This record gives sequence, C-alpha cells and structure tokens, in this order.
Amino acid sequence: MTNLIEYLQAHLKMVVAVCFVLLAGIAGSTLLVDSSHAHTWAEKHIPFFWSFFGFSAAAAIIGITRWLGRSGIQTSPDVYTCSTSTACEEE
Amino acid sequence: MTSSFIHPSLILICGALLLPFIQGPLRKPYLFLIPLLTLSAVVLNSTLTGNFATVSFLDWQLTFGRVDKLSIVFALIMGLMAVIGTLYGLHVDRAGEHMAAWFYAAGSLGTIYSGDYLSLFFFWEMMAFSSVFLIWFRRGKQSLPVGYRYLLVHTVGGIILLAGILLRYQAVGNIAFDLMDVTHPQLYTWLIMIGFALNAAMVPLHSWLPEAYSEASFNGAVFLCAFTTKTAVYVLARSCAGMEILVVLGVVMALYGVIYAVMENDIRKLLAWSIVSQVGYMVAGIGIGTNLAINGAVTHAVVHILYKSLLFMGTGSVLYMTGKTKFTELGGLYKKMPATFFFTIIGCLSISAAPYFAAYVSKSMIITAGFDHHLNWASWLLMFGATGTFMYNGLKLPYFLFFGKNNCSSETWGKASDPEWNMLTAMTIGATLCVLVGTAPGFLYALLPYEMEYTPFTTYHLVETLQLLGFAALAFFLLKKYVEPVDRICVDIDWLYRRAGSAFLWLVKHPLQWGDTAWGEAYRVVGLQVLMTLSRFWSWFDWNVIDGIVDGIARLVRSLGGKVRILQSGQIQLTLFYAFSLAALLLVTFIFFQLL
Repeated sequence: MTNLIEYLQAHLKMVVAVCFVLLAGIAGSTLLVDSSHAHTWAEKHIPFFWSFFGFSAAAAIIGITRWLGRSGIQTSPDVYTCSTSTACEEE
Repeated sequence: MTSSFIHPSLILICGALLLPFIQGPLRKPYLFLIPLLTLSAVVLNSTLTGNFATVSFLDWQLTFGRVDKLSIVFALIMGLMAVIGTLYGLHVDRAGEHMAAWFYAAGSLGTIYSGDYLSLFFFWEMMAFSSVFLIWFRRGKQSLPVGYRYLLVHTVGGIILLAGILLRYQAVGNIAFDLMDVTHPQLYTWLIMIGFALNAAMVPLHSWLPEAYSEASFNGAVFLCAFTTKTAVYVLARSCAGMEILVVLGVVMALYGVIYAVMENDIRKLLAWSIVSQVGYMVAGIGIGTNLAINGAVTHAVVHILYKSLLFMGTGSVLYMTGKTKFTELGGLYKKMPATFFFTIIGCLSISAAPYFAAYVSKSMIITAGFDHHLNWASWLLMFGATGTFMYNGLKLPYFLFFGKNNCSSETWGKASDPEWNMLTAMTIGATLCVLVGTAPGFLYALLPYEMEYTPFTTYHLVETLQLLGFAALAFFLLKKYVEPVDRICVDIDWLYRRAGSAFLWLVKHPLQWGDTAWGEAYRVVGLQVLMTLSRFWSWFDWNVIDGIVDGIARLVRSLGGKVRILQSGQIQLTLFYAFSLAALLLVTFIFFQLL
C-alpha cells in the first residue's frame, strides 16, 4: 500500500486529472438518474444540485471556521493555565 | 433473579472484582474471557422478551432486566464494544484501568436493562464514577484536573436527574422508566431530559466531552467514546421520543461539533467534537420521533460506536506509539504506520457516510425522516453538517495526520510504527464490522425497534452521496491552506465556567484571603490582648474570690471542728455531763419563757 501511495504521489498530475474526470462523471450521471423520489423541489429541478451543495457547504464551513478562528475562538494553548497571573507564577 | 435472564453487568462487576487476583499468564485470557462471557449473556438475553430480575424494594418494584427490541440492540453493541475495547487494551498491565472500564461498561448495560428510574440512576452514576478513572489513568499533566471537572459536571447532571426522578415520583406515584408525556412537559420532564442531555453532550452542556475524551488514556478513550453518549441516546429514545426541542438541539449539536472539529489541532479532540456532532443526528432523530427517525437514531448509534471506536483506536495507536496527538507535531505517518492508516481510513469513510461504509445506512434514515416529517430545515442543516463531517473526518484527519507536512520530530518519527498485535486485531474487527454493516445492513435493520421499509441502496442515494463527497473534497483541496492546523486551542462555552471558577478562585485568594488575614491579625492584636486581660482578671477573681470563699468556709469549718473536737474526749461520764447540762439549760430556758 505504501508503494501504491508513493506511486500516486509521484504521478500527482495524472491523479488530479483522473479525479477531475471522475467528478465530471459523477456530476454528469445526475442527468441520467431518476430523481422523482427526491424530497424537495430543488433536488428534482436544479441540475447538479448536490454537486453545488457539497462544494458550497464545504466552502462555507471553511469560511465560517476561518472567520471564527480569527475572531478569537482559536487562541493560545495556555489560555487556561495562564488565565490568572498567579497561576502562571505558580507554574 | 429470574432463571432465564443473566445480567451481563454482574459478570463484568464480579470479573472486575476478581481481576487483581488473576496474575501472570492467566491475566490476558481472563481479560478476554470476561467481556466474551458478557457478550454471550447479552446474546442469550436477546432471545427473551419481557421484564426479568424484578426485586421488591420498600414500596417499589425494581426491574433490572427489561428486555425488548430497544434494549436488545443497544445491549448487543455495548457488549460487543466491551470485547473490542478490552482486546485493544489487552497488554495494559494496570488492573485498575481494566476494572474501571468493566465497571463503566457494567453501568451502561445496567442502565440499558433498567425498567425503573431507581436502578437506572444507580447504574447511571456507576458509569460516571468509574469512567473518570479512564481519564486519571492517563496520568498526564492535565489528567487530574480534567477528571475532576468531568466528575463535577456529571455529579451536577446526576443531581438534576435525581431531582427530576423525585418530582416525577411525587407527581405520578411510580418509578417506571417509560416514555414521558413529551407533548405536555412538566418540570420533572425537563429535569430528566436535561439530566440525560448532559450525558449526551447536548450544547450547551457538552464541554466536558471534548476535554475529557481527548485527555483519557489511549484505550480509555475507546471505551469513553462508546458508552456515555450512546447510553444517553438510549434513555432519550426510551423516555423523550418526539420531544420537539430535541430536533433543534440535535441540529445545533450537529453543526456546532463540525465547526469546532474543523478548527481543532488535537486529533483525539477532533474526534471528540465529532461525537458531539454525530450524537446531534441521533438526538434530532429522537426529536422527530417517527418510527423511521427512531430507527435511524438507533442505527446511527450502533454504527457510530463501531466507526468512532475504530477512529479512537487508530488515533490511540498514534498516541500510544508516538506520545503525540497534535497535527502540528505529526504528519506523513502513512509510511511508518500503514496498518493504522488503513484502519483509520475505513473509520473515516464510515463516519463520512461514504457508499457501502457504516454511516451510509444510518445517517440518511434520519435525514429522510426529517423530510418525511416536513422538517425540511432540519434535514437541510443535517446535510450541511454531513458535508462538514466528511471534510474534517474524511479529509482533514487522514490528510494532515498521514500525509501533508511532516511535523514529526526525529524522536517522534523514530517511535512511530504500527502498534501491538492485539490493538491491530481490535482495529481489524472494528473495520470489518464497519464494512459489513455498510454493505449488508439487513441484520442490523432486523434488530431495530420498529417495523419499516427503508433501503439505502438506491441509485439516487448513491449519486447524491458521491456528488456531495466529491465536490466537498474538491473544495477542501482548493481551500485546504485555510484549514491547516495551527498550534492553538479553541475556546468553548467551558471558557465561561472556567472564567467563573478563576474569578471565584481570585475572590478566595485575594479579597477573602485578605479579609481572613486581617481578621486574624486583628484578633491577634486586639482580641488576644483583651482575652489575656480577661483571663488574668478571672484568674485573680478565681484565686481571691472563689477560692477565698471556698477556702474561707473550709478554714472556718476546720476551726470549728478543732474547737468542737475538744468536746469529744471519749469519756462517757463527761459526755453525759455535757448532754444533761445542755438538756437542763434548755429546760430552764423553756420554763422561764413559759412563765413570762
């Protein structure tokens, strides 16, 4: 398995190309699939709906977490141990 | 105890109590045997239906063995988890750690089989008090305070639950553990739900989980990830099914866990956040309350135990071998830990609901139930959360741990390798079950509490999932520089109570301590001198007044005695002379007064 991974890493451009072809295939296949059992109007009528949804949701999550992280949620690892000056002095 | 029912908790408890006496070469077979016997008991119990092991206690009827479809499926997975978890930590020498794990599993199984609130509460607390040792046994710098915080939070949860149980008993007059009237919730309904919710790590009562599970010992975390939250899911499914607020709370959990997991730098804390998120799906399913939704919640609980324990075993192996858990101290490990990488990938695909892996057959049930119940907003948000799950667990975890930038020090790199045979065997079992459930879920569906017609293997579901995962992966690789782990921690709601605790500590250490010192000094200067003066006065008073009176009386008596003593010569004629003289004197006096 390690050899296979190293082979794929060595041929990264080919792997990326194959992945894009696969993605295109997956997206294209939605045009052939019966969506009559879909739950909502959007799924039934918007082509490649779940492709858009997957990409947008992932991008949105990355954006939200990036913003939250920078707005103070991500902080120094010693935020609790040094929450009081006394605690730091004791350490 | 009814003859046909064997309580698996008893096997685990007795096994745990005997464990310290089993030494040497017998230890490992014994460690494997007890959980296996427990699982066998659970399997045998699953052939029964009804209430067993009923005991009269005061005015109550305690039921230790309620066997129905809901308890059977949860007991089976917990029994199986006891086997896998013990096998994973088979080489651990500390008997105490195995004992804690077995008591913990016994508490979970006891809760699942309980038919009344009293026995449930007993086993519920057994879980809390035994599981804390799985954190303390890591013996890290933070293990002790984290364990105490865990215990404190669960004690508060236990008190809330107990208050609810007592109020419910006062209101309805029995302690039967059944579905509550969730359409007309009373105070006790809320208290019981909150007590359960705390163990399910519902936001905002969740902060104990990421902290405790990431701080537990490498094999303790495997137990922790399976029992507490899923037992809470069981009791919620039993008592609060259809409670609408749970849909909202479940969705919040699903999204909250995703956000924090994406930001997390610690591999095991990421998985702990993932538990918050995944339990959110189960809680939402319970809140929806339809047959499909409850079945979905139960199925997801079962598969979650399988893939989450597999993931904790994978990351536990990294911790066990390298001593590190941060992305910023790891990376590129696929070369050194190929088997661990392989099993972890199966866990990652399983949690991501990749086609033919575990969660593929469960998550969609809950989401479908939401759409069917016209809770579209909930289902859309759960789908949004599912995309996030794939991103942090299916992509971020394996990419930055096994590929990505190699942040390992030479020492870490040198230590990294696949772990011992028992750990690999446990991971093999976990991975096999993940694939088995994902490809052939029929045997699991047959165990579910309600009849349903549901198949996850439709072309539409397959294409939908592939699109979702494929394009989320595209977004991840295009934007991955924005989610690269950094050596920082994420502040959570626990910041509030930690700040409150710090403020209280400051209050104690500064104003209160100052007040106490000032009082002590004032007492020393003023109080002590006054006291000494008073003492001297009372000493003088005692010596001169009290003792003076007492001693004076004594001296008077002694003086009188000395004088009277001379009358006692011992000669009878003198005594008679004095007596008659006195009598004559008295007689003469009497006559004299009569004549007057």
